[in-house]
Amino acid sequence: MEYEVVIGLETHIELDTASKMFCRCSAQFFGAEPNTHVCPVCLGMPGALPVINKRAVEYAMMVGLALNCKIARYTFWERKSYWYPDLPKGYQISQYQYPLCYDGWIEVDVRDVTSGWQEHAERRRIRIRRAHLEEDTGKLTHAGNYSFVDYNRSGVPLLEIVTEPDIRSADEAYAYLSALQQIVRYLGVSSGDMEKGAMRCEPNLSLRPKGSDTFGVKVEIKNLNSLRAVRDAIAYEIERQTRILRAGGQIQQVTLGWDEARRMTVVQREKESAHDYRYFPEPDLPPLHISEEWLEAVRARIPELALARQDRYRREYGLSAYDAVQLTAERAIADWFEEALRTSSAPHSLPARAKAVANWIQTELFRLMRVHNVPLDNVWHIKVKPAQLMQLIELVEQGTINLNTAKQVFEEVFQTGEDPRAIVEAKGLAQISDVPTLRRVVEEVVSAHPQQVQQVLNGQEKVFGFLMGQVMKATRGKANAQLVNQLLREAIEASRT
Amino acid sequence: MLTPEEIEHIARLARLALTPEERARFAQQLSVVLDHAAALMEIDVEGIPPTATVLPVHSVMRADDTPMPGLTREEALRNAPQTDGEFFIVPATFGDEA
Repeated sequence: MEYEVVIGLETHIELDTASKMFCRCSAQFFGAEPNTHVCPVCLGMPGALPVINKRAVEYAMMVGLALNCKIARYTFWERKSYWYPDLPKGYQISQYQYPLCYDGWIEVDVRDVTSGWQEHAERRRIRIRRAHLEEDTGKLTHAGNYSFVDYNRSGVPLLEIVTEPDIRSADEAYAYLSALQQIVRYLGVSSGDMEKGAMRCEPNLSLRPKGSDTFGVKVEIKNLNSLRAVRDAIAYEIERQTRILRAGGQIQQVTLGWDEARRMTVVQREKESAHDYRYFPEPDLPPLHISEEWLEAVRARIPELALARQDRYRREYGLSAYDAVQLTAERAIADWFEEALRTSSAPHSLPARAKAVANWIQTELFRLMRVHNVPLDNVWHIKVKPAQLMQLIELVEQGTINLNTAKQVFEEVFQTGEDPRAIVEAKGLAQISDVPTLRRVVEEVVSAHPQQVQQVLNGQEKVFGFLMGQVMKATRGKANAQLVNQLLREAIEASRT
Repeated sequence: MLTPEEIEHIARLARLALTPEERARFAQQLSVVLDHAAALMEIDVEGIPPTATVLPVHSVMRADDTPMPGLTREEALRNAPQTDGEFFIVPATFGDEA
């Protein structure tokens, strides 16, 4: 029998505010000494009162709007009670009845890129059930009979995003999570870094006979620390469950953990009793009314997102899907690319210019940034400016310099920040296109290498490249290659006896 | 009247270990409290929206996201049941999430 997988994702994203959700302790806990970003509020001391961090609410609204959610005009906080030492109050301040954001959707391009890039993608829409704001917990380290608790993370703003069970493959889950990560980065509200726990994802998954509209037995997968782990764990579960069902077996409703080392899921030890969260309105926090003005002000802060930009680059500039995806992977790169295009002096040939800029960014710029250990999102802090890349491209297009020289010049701009035109002039790098000058060099090379000239005449084309190289060497690489090619042919033909 | 199972469940949620005598006594007392509160159920609330607060304030927020120092680690750990000077140390609780 053919089975179909039904997947829903629950994702937690730490919002990148400076201070915590309900107190003024620093929320930037990564790498800090344990228990140094704490106060009576985030330690749950009796009598301490929480106050809402407005920026965290705005960040959550931005994500909600980017996910096409409705934003609640009225919401309040609730206490989710459970007993665990990572939670000093014995409850988590969360949202239950009225999530801040609800009923949204996101479109993602699904590709199986495990065996190389695919231009074609299937565009899928995944519905978002809700996105609500809550506080993160402390961090436990288990050692023998003891657990060590660090409350630096306690009270960091956390956004929980829940999809409808719309996801139908491991690749789709991967595409959704990548898109979500990219969105929070574009918005500047979170690093989305899964390795550092800034984005955590728990898929729930069930199999059912293809075409059925009821759900099978659901399992939850935890302990996924990378996008790849999510994809691998889901793929593994689909295979495992399909095998069991085909053999006539039954799926147990369990919580699984992903064992990265053994590349398999394992059943996690869990208390058998059902959770009893006893939600009730948080009496220490007033409800929240969200005005039209506030909502619109927040909406105005949302930039054009990656998928929209990809579509526009392909439509307006004729770029390939590959180029569009590469250029929009980081917002800073996409902004840089667009700024370079804005400085083009030939707006009528934008597609050609866009392709040239895209090539330069993906080859020379990315290469130099990698060599100098500059992360891609720092592109605005490097010395070369978008207008300088455009100037360089125009120097090549006008025939002032050839492509090889341009690469050297670009490297120098990258190092010094000087204008390409100034470098070309100061170093005399302009291409030699003067025919009498080039002809003289060509004739010298031809008379110095009679043997090679004879070989070319005998049909050994490879040797022609050698002679080209000699001319380039004599002109220190500045000769107009197209002209040299033509003059060299003429000279060789003329030497035929 | 609350059942012994319900009393046991409530006690466990509150991490209380009750003797059989206490269980019987609290079942009695807690039932009276609940019955008293149940009087609220008789009020007709048709058309009245649920409220989360009785205070006349809403949307009170802190606009300044600048962090401020809280407690020193020594202060924070002063009430710890057990500590190594860096962490709060508690009995191992792996998998015991209630």
